[in-house]
Parts: sequence; structure tokens; C-alpha cells
Amino acid sequence: MKKLSHPDHLLEWKAEIQEEKPAYAKTVVVTAGTCGRSAGALPVIEALKAELGRRTLEDKVGLVVTGCHGYCEMEPSLVIQPKGVFYKQLTPADVPEIVAESLVKDRVVGRLTCDGPGAKGRVPRLKDIPFYRKQLRQLTEANLHIDPLRIEDYVALDGYQGLSRALFDMTSEAVIAEVKASGLRGRGGAGFPTGVKWELCRAAAGHPKYVICNADEGDPGAYMDRSVLEGNPHSVIEGMLIGAYGMGASEGYIYVRGDNPLAVAHISHALGRARKAGLLGENILGSEFHFDIKLVVGAGVYVCGEETSLMASIEGRKPYPRQRPPFPAQEGLFGKPTNINNVETWANVPLILRKGAAAYAAVGTAKSKGTKIFSLIGRIRNTGLVEVPMGIRLREIIEDIGGGVPGGKAFKAVQTGGPAGGCIPARLLDLPIDYDSLVQAGSMMGSGGMVVMDETTCMVDVARYFLDFVQDESCGKCAPCRIGTRQMHEILVRITEGRGEPGDIKTMEDLAATMKAASLCGLGQGAPNSVLSTLRYFRDEYEAHILRKTCPAGVCKITGPADPRVGEPKP
Amino acid sequence: MIDLHEILKEAGNHQRDLLGILHRTQAAFGYIPADAVPAIAKHVRLSAGEVFGVLTFYKSFSLEPKGDFTITVCLGTACHVRGASELAGAFERRLGVKVGETTADRKFSLEGANCLGCCAIGPFVVVNGIYYPRATAQTVDAILDACREAKTPA
Repeated sequence: MKKLSHPDHLLEWKAEIQEEKPAYAKTVVVTAGTCGRSAGALPVIEALKAELGRRTLEDKVGLVVTGCHGYCEMEPSLVIQPKGVFYKQLTPADVPEIVAESLVKDRVVGRLTCDGPGAKGRVPRLKDIPFYRKQLRQLTEANLHIDPLRIEDYVALDGYQGLSRALFDMTSEAVIAEVKASGLRGRGGAGFPTGVKWELCRAAAGHPKYVICNADEGDPGAYMDRSVLEGNPHSVIEGMLIGAYGMGASEGYIYVRGDNPLAVAHISHALGRARKAGLLGENILGSEFHFDIKLVVGAGVYVCGEETSLMASIEGRKPYPRQRPPFPAQEGLFGKPTNINNVETWANVPLILRKGAAAYAAVGTAKSKGTKIFSLIGRIRNTGLVEVPMGIRLREIIEDIGGGVPGGKAFKAVQTGGPAGGCIPARLLDLPIDYDSLVQAGSMMGSGGMVVMDETTCMVDVARYFLDFVQDESCGKCAPCRIGTRQMHEILVRITEGRGEPGDIKTMEDLAATMKAASLCGLGQGAPNSVLSTLRYFRDEYEAHILRKTCPAGVCKITGPADPRVGEPKP
Repeated sequence: MIDLHEILKEAGNHQRDLLGILHRTQAAFGYIPADAVPAIAKHVRLSAGEVFGVLTFYKSFSLEPKGDFTITVCLGTACHVRGASELAGAFERRLGVKVGETTADRKFSLEGANCLGCCAIGPFVVVNGIYYPRATAQTVDAILDACREAKTPA
């Protein structure tokens, strides 16, 4: 690989890559992200290699190992290009038949194709599968075409051309104006307008300036950031480069959760390749712009996803969050102006620069632009990562993409936004999914976890689960969070064990108000939300536990005295 | 076996290098030996107390050696609604330790993870990097037997 020292070199490299690409009649694309591997993708890949070798097909059939394609339920899966035939839930034993039928001949192995949910009969092609049909995979589509260990695959898809445009056709002010005009808002939780945040950092006095990618994805049930880092690491690097140019930053950090070893490996490899190609370091693409990125691996603490705690962790201090202001834009990492965005936000930036702000903003609602990746999990037929345009109805995600609740059970609620989020009940199924509608409904976008619950889920137990989580993860620095989560958790344990008392709901509401107002960081401020939102929509379940000592969903093992009215409707 | 001096020789000597040093020490020894802490502290120009303060804050670092097999039960939301807490409870009963502890014979360490993002195969456990999908309280014995049969930890 040669070092690129002129913007034209990037285009020449792209042309070279396309020219050198072997003209395979067919290419097998196997998904092997963390969830694919955990479901058994690697033995399937080995079997494919062996079978292609045995039949001396290596020169005729390409084999690409990529990151995640999102359809976790069907892992391990593969796609045969160019036709886009999708095979699901594979084992090494399926491989000889796939090679004989679909690669040597041109036939579809029917039993390996998708047959619903939501489909009429067998659906051989990926693009026709109901799970994919309503998605808009602006970010995640690339995962189908990229071997994450090959920077060439990213460059072939116009990778780093957004950076090139920023560096050579635009001033740094214009880059920020473009991101502002795109309407991009932070994908990590709060939804703050990204361009505005960049402007604040740019305007702040101090040198050097830092940009940080928050990849400490820790919300239970959210794993889209991992999938982007694993499957398309260069999109994050390019986004950070563009942001750094806009803000005048010279150093970047990616703070990645250590529990995601494949993501750590892929991003670390990608940083090395980008450096070698002259896309990180000094005089990037021959410009006057210097920038490099360091990788910091976290060590299993949820609160490190909070920005001030994350910065303390990078500095090697005990990672306590601190009071804001000063905000990171004024006084961030090592006391210097710093901008922190999460993985998915950074990955959107190259798209904006490549397509232009207007085209980007054509997708979404008035105040929420672009797409959002959600992890659709829990009591749902099609577990997976789904990328949808902002403003899509919740019903379309649950029923059309997710295929509904399995086992003929009734859909009850979906929990969004992680531990600081809340539950949205079945009667709000037509809610448009965007930042503001979710907040109005008492939840939040958060990082994008969507945990589906059915009639067999107890909402009080769900609240107890989240309080257990935040209580465990509370760093203990401020009293409202440290004591509040403990007290609230104890009350919820009592209620779910049938020892609830009539004043408990009021006590929790009082605690919640104090925690929201007085906690130091988002962990404590958001901690009561799971209780408040379940109280808002499922107060009757709390009352059933407290007053009638019964769990309507049959989840909680009530140990209190038997109640003669168990199972009767509320008087 | 890499010794501590080699780790320190290759690392920077600022406070910001501490996290990386702790990771490499943990990886080399399988835990962070308490008697390594003063040397680490001296290297990054902190007190041993400060280094203990930082390292005990993080869940990934341990001052105790781990068992041959680390059994990690995913306790994420999706696994929770599919019965992960019963699964963890079954391991606790079978091994006689709580989540976060190691058996007296140093054979098994039982860990809980907040969410490992393999929600489609939940509830699941990871044993030294090997995934056991859709595990239930009933499959706990089979998983432990598989560990005992394995001659060396994977």
C-alpha cells in the first residue's frame, strides 16, 4: 500500500482496487460479527473454504467474511452475490449442498431460505425478506460489502472521499455548517445537535483540541456501535477526521468497551491501515492537516460511557463523573476543549459530506434527520439490528420488520433508551420514532435498544431489573444516585416479593424527583425513569403486587401470604 | 511469561498510561498481583494507594487469580426476560460460589456481564471464549461437564 499524498491519489487508488478485483462469477458473503461467531459462523467459513478447495473453485467463487448484517436471529447466515440469495441458520453440514447447488449450478436450496415471519412462502433474496424490506440501511448496507480488515473495500465504496471533499473543497467553517444543516443529532442518547456542539468546541479557546469517539457502549440490549466498529471501522475514523478538521483538533481518542474484543481488534487494525495509507498522521492526503487517533480500551465500568467519566478514565484517574459546566467543549480532556460523539454519530458524518447536507436531511422528520439503528430484542420473532428512517411508526418496526411477538402472545410494551429510558405501551404503537416523540411518551431514544415485552413480562420486574443494574453501576460519588438507587431497588425487591406497602409508590415518586434534580450525571438523573414510565402506563401492575400480592404476569415469586382474590380483576 | 519490568519498559510513564499498563498486567498474569502495584505506581509517578483506587474501580481488573475456566453469564435485558437470572442462580448453586467469585480449587470463576450483545442467542454463557447459546438452568450440568472434559482451558 502506498502513502496517499494528494487527493487524486485516493481516486486513483479506488480505480486500481476496482481494476484488480477478481471477476468472480459468484461471491459468497458470510457474516461473522460477534453474534455471527457466537452462533457458529467460523466453522461454516472453514467448511466453505475446504469445500471450495476440494472442488478447486477458489478462482471462480469469491469468499468474503464481513461484519454483521443485522439479522441476528438467522445467524450464521450468508449471501450469494450478485443475485443476493440469503441462507439462514447454517451449519457446516449445509455447506456441500450450498456449493453443489447454488455455486456450481445456479439453484436455490429452498430449505435454507427464509420463510417468514411475515413472508408468504419462501423468500430467497435478501432484499425481499420482510425484515429488510422496510429498513433504510444507509450506514449498515456497507457491512454487506466490506471485509473489515481491508481498507481497500471501504475505499472502493467511496470511502474517505467525504474527508477529501472537506479538506480540499471546504473551509473548516463550511464543514461545520454542512453538519449543522444536515440536522444530525447525537446518536448516543441525548440527541444534541452535532453541528452546534462542534461549533462550541471550535470557538473555545485552548490548544490542543481533542475529539473523542465514545465506543463504551454499555446499555444492556444495545449493540449497534459494536456492529459498526466491527463491520465498518473506517467509517468511524473518517467521521472523526472530518470533525477534527472542522474543529481544529489534532488528536483523537476512541474509547472502546473491553467486552467487545472483536471491535477492539478491528478498529485497532483499521487505525494501522489508515496510518499506513497516509489518512492519519501528518499532512493527510497532502494537506496541511495533521491528526492521529489513539485507542483506549475500557475496563468494564458502565459509568465510563458518561462523558466526564470517560475523559477521567483516559487520563488514568479514577473515572468519577464531574459537575457540568464546564462542558467538555470548554474544559475537557486534559483540561482542553474536547468534543465527544458516539460511534454511530461519527459514522453518519462521512455520509453527510459525501451526499451533501440537503440529501442527508431529506430522510427523517422535521427535527430528527437521517436513520437510526435500533437493536430489536426480547420477545420478538426477528431479533436483530434494524436501521430505519427517523419518524417510522413503532408498529412498522415491531410488526413488519420484527415479525411481531412469537408464540401467539400479546405485545405489551417496548422498552427504549436503556436504563435511563422507559417503556412504551401497546396502545402507543402508532407513535412515530424520533427524539421528541419518544421523550413526550416518557422514554428516550438513548443509544437505540428496543426491548420488546409481551404479556408474560412483568413490568415491575423490569423496573426492578433496571434499578438493580443502575444500583450496581452507580459510582457512589453523589448521594442522590448512590442512596436513591439503593432505596428504590430495595422497595422494588420488596414489591416483587409481595412485601410491598401502600405508601411505596409515593415514596418512589419522591425519590425519583430528588434523583432527577440532584444527581451529578445522567446515570442518576435517568435511573428513576424505568420506574416512572412503568408507573405511568402500568400502575395497575404495581397495585396488584402491593395491594393484592399477586403478579399479573406470573413472573414474580410472591412469597407473602396467599391472597384469596388472586387472578380476579381489580375491583 | 512476560514480566512486569518488560511491560513497564514499553509503556509511557504518565498517569494516562496507567489504564493500558493495568490491561497488559492483567493479560500477562491473569490478574493484577498486589505486589506489582507499587512498581506500577512508581513508574507512573503516583502513590500505590492511587493505583489501587483506580484499579479496584474497574470490573475487568482483579487482584485475585481467576479460575482455569471463566464462566460469564450474560445478564443483559434480553437475556433477563428469557431467564438469565435463573441460569446464573443454577451456576451459583452448582459451583457453590456467587457471581464474581472463584471456586476454592481455582477451577471456575463465575462472572456476570451486563450485556454482551448477542441477544438473539440469549440466554447464553461464554466459557473461555466459547459461546453456549440458549442455555437454561437444565443445561448447566452439560456446560460444566464440557469444561471438566476439556484437558486444557481453551
